Amino acid sequence: MATVSVCQYHPGGFSFENCKRNALLEADITKLGFSSPAARKTGTTICGVVYKDGVVLGADTRATEGMVVADKNCSKIHYISPNIYCCGAGTAADTEMTTQIISSNLELHALSTGRLPRVATANRMLKQMLFRYQGYIGAALVLGGVDCAGPHLYSIYPHGSTDKLPYVTMGSGSLAAMAVFEDRYRPNMEEEEAKHLVRDAIAAGIFNDLGSGSNIDLCVITKGKVDYLRPHDVANKKGVREDNIDGRPVTGSYRYKHGTTGVLTKVVIPLNLEVVEESVHTMDTS
Amino acid sequence: MAAALQYPANVSSFNSYNDLFPDWTQKEVSTGTTIMAVEFDGGVVMGADSRTTTGAYIANRVTDKLTPIHDRIFCCRSGSAADTQAIADAVTYQLGFHSIELDEAPLVQTAASLFRDMCYRYREELMAGIIVAGWDKRRGGQVYTVPVGGMMSRQPVSVGGSGSSYIYGYVDSNYKAEMSKEECLKFTAGALALAMERDGSSGGVVRLAVITEQGVERQVILGNQLPQFSTV
Repeated sequence: MATVSVCQYHPGGFSFENCKRNALLEADITKLGFSSPAARKTGTTICGVVYKDGVVLGADTRATEGMVVADKNCSKIHYISPNIYCCGAGTAADTEMTTQIISSNLELHALSTGRLPRVATANRMLKQMLFRYQGYIGAALVLGGVDCAGPHLYSIYPHGSTDKLPYVTMGSGSLAAMAVFEDRYRPNMEEEEAKHLVRDAIAAGIFNDLGSGSNIDLCVITKGKVDYLRPHDVANKKGVREDNIDGRPVTGSYRYKHGTTGVLTKVVIPLNLEVVEESVHTMDTS
Repeated sequence: MAAALQYPANVSSFNSYNDLFPDWTQKEVSTGTTIMAVEFDGGVVMGADSRTTTGAYIANRVTDKLTPIHDRIFCCRSGSAADTQAIADAVTYQLGFHSIELDEAPLVQTAASLFRDMCYRYREELMAGIIVAGWDKRRGGQVYTVPVGGMMSRQPVSVGGSGSSYIYGYVDSNYKAEMSKEECLKFTAGALALAMERDGSSGGVVRLAVITEQGVERQVILGNQLPQFSTV
């Protein structure tokens, strides 16, 4: 008798088998009035800049699930190799897994070549994988590092196109961050100036884009050294809730000092009322 | 070629979060573009603008759309940035391998054929308009156009991209056979400047490349140095 094979080998490329089923399920769920769980996206502002001795990568730390902040302090700067790091915007799972897969492959590649991996290699691997999935992997990346040929910075889009530039921004807050870069970027900056510029660019994203927020993480990569500064700047400190007033525990005080609101005019009208009827009803507390 | 691939309705809920994720975070990256190549006696002149867009946002304002395929063969890319980059990388590999096997510099026609084979075979999946140009020993300077759909045709002058529609008149009336290298450069720069002025998806700087037997000379003309036409 013929053996039944459990694992079906498909010849490559993306498998669209489940798409029709997913569409029907989505329609059924919506009809019942529920919504299927949304993929968690890193709303995000990420950016990178090439300076005199290397690259500085920056990212905010907010992860959103629809209109709710799912993670107030997530890490968006991912390790690729000792000299290469990658910021990720888009679907959080996609950026996480994609960078981990390429990091793993790059380590094997480096063991095979016996050399420190190059940023261009990581770029090739990432763009070829993303192109293979035709944009269905929602990962928009800022890849930066220093190798034997100097510092390099790439932006990688979900469909697999890449740009090699001296400064890049990605994510929903990228326009705000790019405005800062276009104003203040200069070639061959010093490290402090570059860090300050990236910090300000991410801050612009955090304060002007709803999808970005919380802290600013920085990653400074130079030849032979990486400074992973998490957090570099806590831009949004949580306020202190009033738990007690003079030792008395209160749950949210709505008392404000006299003079908090300015009084413009004050009119007092006495109402002279006659007591017509007075009755007392006792409450039964037994 | 200013088209962009939309996500189909059954894939993920990207489209519902319009406030949080504006359209340029979801549109595919397209090289809006104006590209051009002209043959002259002894080589070719190629030119392109430098704008890459995602929807209404300019993702890269200094793109290099003139991609080297081999020592004396370049291609101009228009259409989807991801598709054209992937095709160019694949053809560069194939042509490099072929050239090593042959132990000779490859022909421009070979490069164009490789582009054509890929663009025709995967015509349903790809959005790529490519102009292949270069110099080889057999036929000198040649320009081959491989537009969307995968046709291949050799032409003395070829324009492509979304901005090309605006300069057909200029090209047809100003092209003369047997122009010199300098005349070709002026002709190309002028045509690209006019297209960039009128087409929203084209702009930035003008990148030029001259390919001859001696090698490749590359130039950049910045925005304020572009040829001026009318003052309207």
